[in-house]
Amino acid sequence: MTGIVWYLTIFVLAAFVGYEVISKVPSILHTPLMSGSNAIHGIVLVGALFIMGEATGTAQLVLGFVTVFLATLNIVGGFVVTDRMLEMFRAKPERPAAPARPAAAQEREDGSS
Amino acid sequence: MMLAYSAVSFPLSTWRSAVFLVAIIGFVLALKGLSSPRHARPGNLLGAAAALLAVGMTFSAGTVNHSARNLGLAFGAMALGTAVAVPAARLVKMTAMPQMVAIFNGVGGGAAALISVTELLHIHSTGVSPATYVVVEALLGVLIGCVSFAGSAISFAKLQELMATRPIVYPAQQPINALVGAGIVALFVTAVVTGSVDYAFGVLGLSLILGAVFTLPIGGADVPVLISLLNAFTGLAVAASGFTLGNPLLIVAGTLVGASGTLLTRLMSKAMGRSLPNILFSAFGAVVTATGTAEGLEGKSVKSSTPEDVGVLLAYARKVAIIPGYGLAVAQAQHVVKELADELASRGVDVFYAIHPVAGRMPGHMNVLLAEANVPYDELKEMDEANPEMPTTDVALVVGANDTVNPAAVDTPGSPIYGMPIIHADQAEHIVFLKRSMRPGFAGIDNALLFDDKTVMLFGDAKDTLQKLVAAVKAA
Repeated sequence: MTGIVWYLTIFVLAAFVGYEVISKVPSILHTPLMSGSNAIHGIVLVGALFIMGEATGTAQLVLGFVTVFLATLNIVGGFVVTDRMLEMFRAKPERPAAPARPAAAQEREDGSS
Repeated sequence: MMLAYSAVSFPLSTWRSAVFLVAIIGFVLALKGLSSPRHARPGNLLGAAAALLAVGMTFSAGTVNHSARNLGLAFGAMALGTAVAVPAARLVKMTAMPQMVAIFNGVGGGAAALISVTELLHIHSTGVSPATYVVVEALLGVLIGCVSFAGSAISFAKLQELMATRPIVYPAQQPINALVGAGIVALFVTAVVTGSVDYAFGVLGLSLILGAVFTLPIGGADVPVLISLLNAFTGLAVAASGFTLGNPLLIVAGTLVGASGTLLTRLMSKAMGRSLPNILFSAFGAVVTATGTAEGLEGKSVKSSTPEDVGVLLAYARKVAIIPGYGLAVAQAQHVVKELADELASRGVDVFYAIHPVAGRMPGHMNVLLAEANVPYDELKEMDEANPEMPTTDVALVVGANDTVNPAAVDTPGSPIYGMPIIHADQAEHIVFLKRSMRPGFAGIDNALLFDDKTVMLFGDAKDTLQKLVAAVKAA
């Protein structure tokens, strides 16, 4: 029973930390923050790997495989998509303009639409 | 030497816990970093590094690496997941970002639910009857994870427009949903009391249904708030898995997300001037309400203008506010709008972007889109910063936005959006709407500003119209 109380203690403290640590986020970062925190709960992969390791019998092996697959999608996709959003956040460019990149991006979109 | 020796003599499981602690610190710092534009990207990379470290260390556990077959399957599933996730995340269009987050969130919830189910099966197969709290933890993981999975799937379908974005309503909707909820409670309690795994599958099935029916009546405009809420749910489901597995890393990481996601959801509802229960249960915008059209707008007509006229208006203005909305994103017009802003700035016009917190489909979505077009983020003014500028603004150029500038939010107490903070485009000297048609926005209500004497309309695709405007400004 001490185990569960110990875990509940961690749970409550983590809740306060989670609330405090992001309480001063400017709204321009809300989308990346949602995406970034989405990636962090992808750490469920660690749990999935324990499940996979302990699996016996076909049903559990299949369940384990699916669980690891889904968790990997969450963690890998989450971090990559967040990085993609954030790589576009940059301060005022030092050079007056970088015409190459916007033009290239423009063409790419025209081609796809 | 003595010190090194005693350190090495710690069992591997202690080292693993220590590494997990390092990962936890990494996650907290990652969230902290994501709170400021300067540190956001390094913060995210730190989070990824922490995750990689924790996952790598997981393989040191005997229970994970004891069987070559299981280990092979684990690597196979991870390779497959990575092969799917990386291209999906790299290639998705910036406008489709919200549904991408929805789907990655949903699979996380699904994984957490499956962990809880498998662990229940595992406990059951040992034949030892588990403690009550063990069953409760596992069932909570199943319940929250399944709601998040099904809800995210429906959100994805709505945002991807695979299904109607309008709220889906049917007779006796709330009683039916309540019945599903009551069924879950009944099965949950029965499963805990009897300790039978069969009822757990009942909880699983009904939770999936609950996730779906809970999401159906929520309209397209409110789906971002829903995704944020479901993100928090998945966090809690992961924390529940952590309880089940006795893994503090999962408990802390899941709870961090649960808490921050809840806060973010509240911030978003606040930006829309509505309470969370109102967003979740009111089927907002399901019917075009009578109050929205009650002001005799039918008799009025709008003034349509030409890009040439508006080009001249813009070129000789002193201060121009660009108010982007989802229409800009749909038309992929973020690069052209930057071109127009640059052209105006080079003529000495004071240009700024006025960003409503919920412009686009998620808070901050518009900032991401404009950042993609290399608009420096210090040119983007948030609503509170932009509104004091509006009375001295010559032209408010509303590009594909509607509800976020609807004065009904201020002056029509009966309107469904009454109380929502808006950008006061109506205070500018001239208002130009770039719209595809007269159709109302997501909220499904008419906008009296379209009929205002100061307002002119430029109908057509936003990208097209903006290109014509750039040419017109150059010629002016």
